[in-house]
Amino acid sequence: MSSVTLQNVVKRFHRFTAVHEVNLEIPDGAFVTLLGPSGCGKTTNLRMIAGLLDPTEGEILIGGKRVNDVPIHKRNLGIVFQNYALFPHKTVAENVAFGLKYRDVPKAEIAGRVQKALDLVQLPDVGTRYPKALSGGQQQRIALARAIVIEPDVLLLDEPLSALDANLREDMRVELKRIQEQIGVTTVFVTHDQSEALAMSDRIVVMSAGRIEQVGTPEEVYNTPASEFVASFLGASNILPARITGQDADTVHLEDPLFGAVPVPAAKAPALAGASRAKLVLRAEKLQIVAAGAPTPGMIAAPAFVETVDYQGQTVRYFVRVGNTQMQAINMIDERPYAQGEAVQAAFRPKDCAALPES
Amino acid sequence: MGWQLIRGYALLVYVFMFLPVAVVVLLSFNASQFGSFPITGFSFRWFIELAQNDAILRAFRTSMVLGLLTALISTTLGVLASLALVRYRVPGENVISTLLIAPILVPEVVLAVALLLFLNFLGINKSFALLLFGHVLFTLPFVILVVQARLIAIRRDVEEAAMSLGASPVQTFFQITLPLMLPAVLAGALFAFTISFDDITGTLFWKPGGVETVPTQIFAMLRNSISPEINALGTVMIAMTVGLPLLGAAIARTISRKSGV
Repeated sequence: MSSVTLQNVVKRFHRFTAVHEVNLEIPDGAFVTLLGPSGCGKTTNLRMIAGLLDPTEGEILIGGKRVNDVPIHKRNLGIVFQNYALFPHKTVAENVAFGLKYRDVPKAEIAGRVQKALDLVQLPDVGTRYPKALSGGQQQRIALARAIVIEPDVLLLDEPLSALDANLREDMRVELKRIQEQIGVTTVFVTHDQSEALAMSDRIVVMSAGRIEQVGTPEEVYNTPASEFVASFLGASNILPARITGQDADTVHLEDPLFGAVPVPAAKAPALAGASRAKLVLRAEKLQIVAAGAPTPGMIAAPAFVETVDYQGQTVRYFVRVGNTQMQAINMIDERPYAQGEAVQAAFRPKDCAALPES
Repeated sequence: MGWQLIRGYALLVYVFMFLPVAVVVLLSFNASQFGSFPITGFSFRWFIELAQNDAILRAFRTSMVLGLLTALISTTLGVLASLALVRYRVPGENVISTLLIAPILVPEVVLAVALLLFLNFLGINKSFALLLFGHVLFTLPFVILVVQARLIAIRRDVEEAAMSLGASPVQTFFQITLPLMLPAVLAGALFAFTISFDDITGTLFWKPGGVETVPTQIFAMLRNSISPEINALGTVMIAMTVGLPLLGAAIARTISRKSGV
C-alpha cells in the first residue's frame, strides 16, 4: 500500500489538452474517487497513474517514488476495467493466478492464494469455469479478485460498475467498499455516477474539462460545493442570483429577488469577502413544497405553482415556478403528491443554502 | 413458384461449377487407357502409376516445401504487420495497409511480369528463393486481412490487464494476444499454403529451369497428351486443397470451443 501523488501533471494529445496542471495527493489506504462527466480527464488521470499513458508534463509518485519512467508491468498495481477484461481463454483460477506467476510466488502457495481471493469476492467454487460461463457481476468480482490477489500498492478502478445493471450495481458498490476496507489498499476509483462517488469514497475529486473543481469528503462536496459545476453535477441544485447585503462573523446576508433576505451560514459561503453579488445554491432535496397558506416555521417561503410532476414512488420531483424562475424540488411523498397547476409554497431553511462567488 | 425457379437455377449453377470437378474425380478411378469416358471399370491403377512417376513426385515435393515455407513466412510477416497496424500508431499506416493489400488487386500476370522485370533490372537470376519470395508477396494480403480482422476484435484492455499484473509486453503477446488470435493465424497459414500450392500463373514466370511444382507439372504433361494420371493427380490435389482448410477449420473450432472464446 502506498500513497499516490500527482504534481503539476499535464496531458496533451496533439493540440488537445486533456488534463491541465493537476495536483493531487492520495493518502495511503484512502478510497479516492475521480468524479466527472465523460471527457473531464478522470480516466486520463487514472491511465497515467497506471502507466498506460505518459504524462506530457509533471511528476507521478507512488509511495513517494517517481514512477514516470517505470513501465506498467513493474508498477505493482491492480486494475479493474469497465468491461472486466478477463482472459477468455483461461479458467477463472488461471485468470486470478496470472499475476502471481510474475511475482516469484512458490507454486504450492499459488492455489491457496487464488482460493483466498475467490473466497474474498464470495465466489469460492467457480475456479475451473471459463469467464464466459459467468454473469457480468460474477465476472467483475473475478476481475477484482485477480487485481487484489497480487497485493497491489494501489488499486485502480475504471468505472467498474457501469457495465452492470442497476440492482447489481448497488450490491457491488457495497461489496467493493467492504473488500477495500478489509484489505485497506489505496484505491483510486473513476466514475461519472455521483451516487457511487458519494456512497463509497473517503474523498471525492470532482473534475471538469481537465481541471480539478473540488477535493473534499462526500459531505463537503455535497453540502458546500466550491463551484456552480460541482453544485449542479452532484444532484440537482437551484442556483439563484443574489445581492450581498452584509457579512458578519458567522453569517452572510443575501438578498434574493424571489425569497427576500436569506442569511447563509458563513461556513457555507467561503470566498465572498468584499463581493457585492453572489450565487445562492439550494439543493432540490432541500426545497420543500408545502400547501398554499400552510405555516412554514423557521423557513423562508415564496408562493409558487407546480408546473411538472415527476412521480418516482417514494419521492417526487417537482418543477415549480417561483416568480419568473423555474425551480426543482425533490421531496418525500406525504400521502399524495401535489397536482400539476396547483398553487403551493416553495420553502427552505436558510442553513441548507450555500453561496458561491459570482464567477 | 418463384422460389422453385430460383432454387432450380441455383442448383444449375452449382452443377455447372462442380460437375467438371466431379468428372475428374470419377475418371481418376477409371480403368481405361484414356482419361475420358466411357468408364470401363473401377481401378486404383492411375494412382499407383502416379506414385511411381518420379517427375510428379519431385514436383509434389517442391510444391509441399514451397507451400509450407510460404505459409510460414507469410504468416510470420502477416502477424507482425497486423500487430503494427492495429496496435501501434505507424506513420502512413493507411498507405502501408493499402500497399500490403495491393497484390490482391493487381492481376497476377502483371505482378508476375513486374517482379521478373524488376529482378532482371537488378541482374538477379531466377531461383527457388525468388519463387518463394513471389508466393509470399501474394499470399501475404490474405494473411493480413484475416489476422487483422481478428486482432481488431481482441480488446486492448485484456492486454492492458495482463501488463498491469506484471507481464511484460512480450509475455503479454505470447500469453494473451497470440492464443486469442490463434484461430485466425492458423486460417491465414492455411490460406497461404493452399494459394501457394495451387498457383500456376506466377509460378510459371518465376520458377527457375528444371524446377516444377504440381500445377506446372500438370500443365507440362497436358501439352503432350491427356494421361489419366492427371485425373488421379487432380483428385489428390482436390482432396488436399479442400480437405486441409476443412481440417484447419475443425481444429480452430475445437481450440476456440475449449477456450470458450
